[in-house]
Amino acid sequence: MRFLFKTDYEDDIRLMPHSGYLVTYGVLLALLAIAPFVLSSYIVSQLVFVCIYATVGVGLMILTGFTGQASLGHAAFLAIGAYTAAFLQQYNVPFPVYFLAAGLLTGVVGALVGFPALRLQGIYLVIATISFAFIVEEILARWESVTHGNEGMRVKTMQLFGMAISRDSPSFYFLCLGFLILTIVGTLNLLRSPTGRAFVAIRDSETAARSMGINVSLYKVKSFAISAAITGFAGCLFAHKLSFISPEMFTLLLSIEFIIVILIGGSFSLHGAVLGAIFLVMIDPLLTYLKDDLPGMIAGVASTFGAGKESASQIQDKAAAIASANGLKGAIYGLIIVLFVLFEPLGLYGRWLKIKLFFQLFPLYKRATFKRQKIYVKSERNR
Amino acid sequence: MLDFVQQLVSGIALGCVYGLIALGFVLVYKATEVVNFAQGDLMMLGGFFAFTFIGMLGLNYWLGFAGAVICMALFGMLAERVVVRPILGYPQFSIIMATIGLGYFLRSIAGMIWGTDDLKIETPFSQGVLRIGSLVLAHDKLSVIAATIILCGLLYLFFNRTTLGTAMRASSENMLAAYYMGIPVKRVVSIVWAISAAVATAAGVLLAPITFIHSNVGLVLGLKAFPAAVLGGFGSIPGAVVGGVLIGVIESMAGFYLPQGWKDVAPYLVLLVVLLLKPEGLFGVHTRKKV
Repeated sequence: MRFLFKTDYEDDIRLMPHSGYLVTYGVLLALLAIAPFVLSSYIVSQLVFVCIYATVGVGLMILTGFTGQASLGHAAFLAIGAYTAAFLQQYNVPFPVYFLAAGLLTGVVGALVGFPALRLQGIYLVIATISFAFIVEEILARWESVTHGNEGMRVKTMQLFGMAISRDSPSFYFLCLGFLILTIVGTLNLLRSPTGRAFVAIRDSETAARSMGINVSLYKVKSFAISAAITGFAGCLFAHKLSFISPEMFTLLLSIEFIIVILIGGSFSLHGAVLGAIFLVMIDPLLTYLKDDLPGMIAGVASTFGAGKESASQIQDKAAAIASANGLKGAIYGLIIVLFVLFEPLGLYGRWLKIKLFFQLFPLYKRATFKRQKIYVKSERNR
Repeated sequence: MLDFVQQLVSGIALGCVYGLIALGFVLVYKATEVVNFAQGDLMMLGGFFAFTFIGMLGLNYWLGFAGAVICMALFGMLAERVVVRPILGYPQFSIIMATIGLGYFLRSIAGMIWGTDDLKIETPFSQGVLRIGSLVLAHDKLSVIAATIILCGLLYLFFNRTTLGTAMRASSENMLAAYYMGIPVKRVVSIVWAISAAVATAAGVLLAPITFIHSNVGLVLGLKAFPAAVLGGFGSIPGAVVGGVLIGVIESMAGFYLPQGWKDVAPYLVLLVVLLLKPEGLFGVHTRKKV
């Protein structure tokens, strides 16, 4: 086990605590850089979605994970970013301008949502953000002169410095990846600044933060604005990736997907946003694969355990029927959320930390290290 | 004027359903501080159970109704035992996520079992109408209103006159103190979940003739019951029903008098305004924070 010897504050907030980080992330970056030339175009396309979801995840993490303000309305922020981009693009505004406009406008809307949200906590905030998302969805469907209503909007191919960047090209992948890295580094920097520490203080105890002289309202609004702005930028990329947007894409279910991203990844670290995004996006190809191959495998297992040929093929048909049933994906999503909340509350990144610690401390690992405290006495109602 | 009364009655009927769902939220919230996002889906599942008993097995309406309520009460206890009890005491957000996951799961499973078509239950109230002068009121809507009044009365008696009801009120005030006083808090919480699932089922079955049963009905109505619960102050049982009726009337009036699109947004606009101006709701108790 490596012991880091920290002698001053600069050591404590360093982005790269030791040289190992440089090696691991360098290798990761190199792998990501050669990915579009090695992997199939379908996987690369999924990787673009991973980048976009991870960007939104980082944005949501700032708000929910680090400031402690739950939001189930991030699909609305994504929609505002996407629609701003699509709207400005009609007037031949260059990409960098409408990209910035998408982020800034969404950030302003986020701040506007943040003001009323100041008075709300916990469940009320969740409900308020859901309502906000519904209202935005309805506006998108009704404001036909701008959004074309339920017909949706086409998004043209991106033009950057005179080059056309199609949504399936490696350049688009690099653009999304680059923006994700920029967001992550920016967020890491933000989190080690006074602003970031104020966020964390508000999450841990609002009263304590206030009594330490932190302007809670200001920082909550800031957190909302930053989180929304990042989501707005991602929305612009999302619109380009899909090349067509309509209001029914930005429903509550999308907001829930974003929450799943940080819940499954682990909502206490930015690693979680990326891991969660990988999990959420890659579960689709995995399910398709299972749908095609699992019934055959089940039948094979059944026949090795002595099932006759006819009953084996019956089993295969039944399994195939279940696998192709409508809504299986939803059931699996639901099950995954429940199982993660029950058994892996720290998410995938928490599991990785546990595994790492297990080997570092090999015979001495205690399961209680990561145990959360249950609180029965302190009532949320009295907060 | 006639239109107005007509709209008012259908708004109240719809609002009673919201109120019943909101009642389920409030019961569970008061007892365990858990906000059950799957409440609407419990209602949907109750409707499907009733459909199975009445439509598929051909039972008598009342027998099927009772069967669905009993099945769902047991299911509510099961859900509490499996999903909620292990995470009680953890931050509220993880519990919210768990119930969202549960709702997602139930919705998809119901879609897989009963299909995605709209289902209809034959009820004694499906056809008839009540005529007062030139006013025409459908029986199905009146039945919802009547059933809501009866259910509220029963719940009121239960909470104020029975030992179990008192135990429930005690454990909702302070779980730990109730436990020290010898109240079996875990069992009480189980029963609260059973009651809330049973109330949801009643709402689902009563609603069946008005909007048909399909797997997404829970999501749509469940989310509209939130404004109702918040409007009434989240911890108040009469508040939930009053809030539900108000939301129902507002929605129905907005649908009739305002341009298209307002109907769906109106409950949420009301909700945001209430949250901004009076976050504790109409019947809520203002609490101070202890550090």
